[in-house]
Amino acid sequence: MLLIYCPYCEEERSELEFRNAGDAHIARPTNIAEISDEEFEAYFFLRDNPKGVIFERWRHIHGCGRFFNAARDTVSDRFVTTYKAGEPKPDLDAEPKTSAQVETYEALEGAAQ
Amino acid sequence: MSGVNRISGAGRLTPARTARFTFDGRTLTALEGDTVASALLAHGIHLVGRSFKYHRPRGILSAGAEEPNALLDVSRDAARRQPNVRATVQEVFDGMKVSSQNRWPSLAFDVGGFNDLLSPFFAAGFYYKTFMWPKAAWHKLYEPFIRRAAGLGVAPTEADPDHYASRYVHCDVLVIGAGVAGLSAALAAAQAGAKVILCDEQSEVGGALHYDSGTVVDGKPGYEWALATGKALAERDNVTLLTRTTAFGYYNHNFVGLVERVTDHLSAPDKALPRERLWQVRAKKVILANGAIERHMVFANNDRPGIMLASAGRTYLNHFGVAVGTKVGIYTAHDSAYEAAFDLRKAGVSVPAIVDSREKPGEAVLNEARRLGIEVLTGHSVVNTTGKLRISSISIARRGGGPARKIAVDALLVSAGWTPSVHLFSQSRGKVKFDAATERFLPGTYAQDCLSIGACNGTDDLQATIDEALAAGELAARAAGAENGSQLAISGENAFAWTGGMIGAAEGAGPDTTVKAFIDFQHDVCAKDIRLAVREGMHSVEHIKRFTTNGMASDQGKLSNMHGLAIAAEALGKGIPEVGLTTFRQPYTPVTFGAIVNHSRGSLFDPARKTPMHAWEEARGAEFEDVGNWKRAWFYPKSGESMHEAVARECKTVREVAGVFDASTLGKIEVVGPDAAKFLNLMYTNAWDNLKPGRCRYGIMLRDDGFVYDDGVVGRLAEDRFHVTTTTGGAPRVMHHMEDYLQTEFPHLKVWLTSTTEQWAVIAVQGPKAREIIAPLVEGIDLSNEAFPHMSVAEGRICGVPTRLFRMSFTGELGFEVNVPADYGQAVWEAIWARAEPMGACAYGTETMHVLRAEKGYIIVGQDTDGTLTPDDAGLSWAVSKKKPDFVGIRGLKRPDLVKDGRKQLVGLLTKDPKVVLEEGAQIVANPNEPKPMTMLGHVTSSYWSSNCGRSIALAVVAGGRERLGQTLYIPMADRTIAVEVSDMVFFDKEGGRLHG
Repeated sequence: MLLIYCPYCEEERSELEFRNAGDAHIARPTNIAEISDEEFEAYFFLRDNPKGVIFERWRHIHGCGRFFNAARDTVSDRFVTTYKAGEPKPDLDAEPKTSAQVETYEALEGAAQ
Repeated sequence: MSGVNRISGAGRLTPARTARFTFDGRTLTALEGDTVASALLAHGIHLVGRSFKYHRPRGILSAGAEEPNALLDVSRDAARRQPNVRATVQEVFDGMKVSSQNRWPSLAFDVGGFNDLLSPFFAAGFYYKTFMWPKAAWHKLYEPFIRRAAGLGVAPTEADPDHYASRYVHCDVLVIGAGVAGLSAALAAAQAGAKVILCDEQSEVGGALHYDSGTVVDGKPGYEWALATGKALAERDNVTLLTRTTAFGYYNHNFVGLVERVTDHLSAPDKALPRERLWQVRAKKVILANGAIERHMVFANNDRPGIMLASAGRTYLNHFGVAVGTKVGIYTAHDSAYEAAFDLRKAGVSVPAIVDSREKPGEAVLNEARRLGIEVLTGHSVVNTTGKLRISSISIARRGGGPARKIAVDALLVSAGWTPSVHLFSQSRGKVKFDAATERFLPGTYAQDCLSIGACNGTDDLQATIDEALAAGELAARAAGAENGSQLAISGENAFAWTGGMIGAAEGAGPDTTVKAFIDFQHDVCAKDIRLAVREGMHSVEHIKRFTTNGMASDQGKLSNMHGLAIAAEALGKGIPEVGLTTFRQPYTPVTFGAIVNHSRGSLFDPARKTPMHAWEEARGAEFEDVGNWKRAWFYPKSGESMHEAVARECKTVREVAGVFDASTLGKIEVVGPDAAKFLNLMYTNAWDNLKPGRCRYGIMLRDDGFVYDDGVVGRLAEDRFHVTTTTGGAPRVMHHMEDYLQTEFPHLKVWLTSTTEQWAVIAVQGPKAREIIAPLVEGIDLSNEAFPHMSVAEGRICGVPTRLFRMSFTGELGFEVNVPADYGQAVWEAIWARAEPMGACAYGTETMHVLRAEKGYIIVGQDTDGTLTPDDAGLSWAVSKKKPDFVGIRGLKRPDLVKDGRKQLVGLLTKDPKVVLEEGAQIVANPNEPKPMTMLGHVTSSYWSSNCGRSIALAVVAGGRERLGQTLYIPMADRTIAVEVSDMVFFDKEGGRLHG
C-alpha cells in the first residue's frame, strides 16, 4: 500500500485516503462553448498513457478533501512528488518530497564507517 | 509413551507434558511442543500422504514452512477443520484429529496409485493436449474429472465459527526472522532506542539454531543464547516480539503483512481470543533476516517416505529428540549434511554411509567423519532407491559408472546445499543478482527501504552474520531517528565451516535418462519434465513453469525453483542468469481467508445505512430493498397481501387520499456563498440567477461530454444559500464532481459545499389530502396555493421543531417534503402518521414511488438514462438554458454525434394487450420477422403495472423515438413477441392539474 504525501496536510498518508482523478495540467478552456470539435476532442478525450512519469490529479478524499497534483511513475507506482493544484509542473530532478529513498546495504555500510 | 523413536535425553521438549491426538483414527501420544510431523516421526510414521498426480506414497521432507509433501487435514471439531495443513508447522494440541489426504480407500493402499503406472500418459503439459478433443467431451467428461482430481484436501462445508483480529501498527524497525541474525539486529536496533517489531514464523525464536548442535554464541550454546535473547527483547518496552507470526507479504512503502496464529496450537483456546491476528505494519526500516532453505538432491526415486532434508533430520533429533530412522544414510553435495551424521552417530543411531557426490568435501567435516568411524564415499551418487511405503535401500555407484552397491537404510538424509530466502526481498520489487561462485541468487538492487542480513544475504560465516546484523540494526535504528549507539559486540562460533552445494540433476538423472527424479514434490514434476518442456519449445522460464507447473503448488517452489532453473538452463544451453528467476509473489506461505476477510463478514461486510424512520418502518412490516448501502422501505404488505397487491393498493391510496414516504436517502448538498448562484449556473444546465429565494427548480447536471449525470430539485433559501438534492445513489459522486470543478476549474468562486444528506430526515406527504394532513402541525408557513405554490420552499416549524418545508412532487399529486433535523425524524413522522392514518392515507415504499413517477413520465437518472443520454434524448431540453455562456456540458452537447438525427430518445410504450407487463431491459425491434441478427431500436427502461391507469405502462429508449409516436413496434421474447405502441411519457393526468391541488 502506497504512502502519498498530501501537500495541503503536509503529511504522508495511506493510499486508502486518496482517490485518483485523472490527468493533471489539462485546463478547461475558458471559451469552451466556442472551441472546435478537434479542440474539444483534445481537451476531453485524448490522453497519453505514458510508461514512466505521469502527472495526475489526486484527491485526499478521506482527509482534507483537497485536489492536488502528483508526478507518479507508472512502472513502479512510486510517487515522485506531489504539489498543490494550480502550481506549475515541478522540476523532477529536484529533491523528492517523500521520505522514500532507495538505499543499498553497501551504501549504508559506507555510512556506518 | 510419546513414540518408540524418541531418544531419552535428546531434544528440548519436556517428557512429562504430553498431548493425545489421532492420525487416521489411530490415537497417538505427543509431547507438548511437538509438531504433527515430529510426533508422527516419533512413532515411526513416515508415510503421511499421496502425491497429487501419480499418487505416490510420500513422507515428511522438511521440518519447516517449505514442506511440499506432508499436507494433512487437521480438525478441532466439525466446523474447525482445515485441509492442506503442513504437518511440519502445525503444533500438536490435545484432542486434535489429523487425517491424510488424496488417498482412497486408505493411505497404504491407494487406488489412485494406478496413475503412477500410467505416468507415460501424464507427461508434463498433458492437460494442454489430452483434453483437446472431442470438443463436446470437455463439459461432460474432462472438466468434472479434472475438478474431482484437482486439489489435495477437501474444503470444510461448515461456516468458520472463529473470529479473526486485525491491527495496524507503525514501527521504526521491523525485523523479519528471529534466528541469530534477526535477534542480533533487533537487539542492536532496540539498544539504539528504536521501536522494534521482531517476528518469526516458528513457535519460538532461534531459526536455524533449532537444528544446530555445535554453535556457541556469547559463550552459550546457540539455542540457549537465542531463547535468553528473545526473553530479554520481549521484556523491553520498545520491542514487540511476535512468534508464530509469518511475514507473508511485502508491499509498497515498507508496508508488510504479518499473520499471527494465536490459538491453532492450543487445546482449549479462550473463546475471546481470535484464531489469527493480521498485523498490517508500516515500518520506517525493514531488516530481512529470512535465512536459507535447504535443497534436496535430484536423483531417481528420491521421493520415497523416509527421504528427508538433512537439516530436518537434525531438527527432529536435536530439538524434538526423535531419530528419523535406525539406519540412516546420507546423500549430499554439501558439508552441512555431515553434521547430521555426527549428531545421529552420537545419539547412537547407525549411519551406514555418507554418500557425497563431490570428490573433495570440506576437510574439517571429512576428518570428523573419519574420527567417528563413519564411512564416507566421495565421488559417489545414489542412483536409485527401493521400498514401497518407506525407503528400504539405496543403490550407490561411483561417478561416471561402475557397479552399483546396495545399502540397506530406513531413512536417507539429503542436502544439495542452501538457497538464500530472497522471497520477501523479491516481493519488495528488489532485483536479485546471480552469484556465479556460489551458484545462488542474492539481493542485488534494492527498491525499498530495507536491508538483508545473514543467510538470506549470502553471508555464511556466523561471526560475519552477527557483525552484519548488529551494524544493520544500529543503522536502521539511527536512520529511523533513534539516537543512542548500541555498542554491542557478540561473539559467535560454528563447529564447522561449510562448503559445497549443487543445483540441478545429480548423477543418474541427467539429460540422457527418463527416471523419476523429482524436483517439485507437490506437483510431481521431475527433471525429465523440464527437459520435455524445453524440447516442446518452451524457452522462457515463465513458460517452462506454466507448462510443467513447477513451483506452482502451495509451497511455491521453495525447494524446486533452483533445481528447475538449472535443468532448464542446461537443456537450453544457456547460463542460469540468462534464463532468469521467476518473480516471487505474495503470500510467502498460504494465508487463511479468515485472516484476510477478518471482521469484514456478515453484517460488517458492508455497512448498512438506515434512515431515522427505519425502526418504525420495520415495526410496520415493511419489506426493504438495498439502494447503494441504504436500506429503503420497498412496500408495506398488509397481512396476506402479495407485493403486487400491496403496491397496487398503495398507488391507489396515494392518488385517492394521500401517502407518506421516507425520502431521507436523497442526497443533499448545501451550496453557500456570494457566488453560489454563479456556481450552480456552471454545474447545472438551468439558469439560477432568476430563481427567487423561497422557490425551487428541477435541475439537470451534465458531465463535460454532454451526457446526463444527475438530477434533482434545488431550493433557494436566500440569495447566497441553496438546498440542492441529488439522486440517492448519486450523492457522493455529485459532491465529488462539484468539489472537483469548484477547486480546480472555478477556484475564483466564493462558494462552500457541505454534504447534509444525513443531517435531514425527509418525509414526503403526497396526495389530495396532503395539505390537510400537515397543516395543523406546521407553524409560521402559509400553506395556501397562493402563498406557497408548487415548487416553493420555506423555513418554519413543524411539531415544534425546525423544518425546511418543500412544496414539490415526485408523484404528480399535491405534495410536500418535510425536512427536519435527523434526530426528530421519527417523532415528526409519527405525528404526521397519527393524522394521516385516520384519513385513510397509507405509508408507501420505493416500489410505489417508482410506479407513481412513471405514471407521470418522471425519469430516474441511472434507470431511464444510462450515461449516454443527453437532456434532449430524455425529453428535457426545456431545462437547458439557451442563454448561458457556459455550463459544464455546454460544448459536449454540440458534438456531431449528440445532435444528429435518429438518436435514442425516451418515449412511452403501451402494450397492445394492456394486461401484459414488459420486462425491463427487453430489446425493441420494428420488424419481428427480420432474420437474426435483428436491428435493435432500443430497450425498455421502466415497466410497471399501473393500478391507476388500469393497465401496464412502460418507458423505453427508442431510436428516433419521438418521431415514432403512434407506431407499432415489437418486443421479441424467448416464448413470444409482444406488440407495443409508442406513446408520450405521461400516462396519468396529462394536464398536470393535480399538482396544484
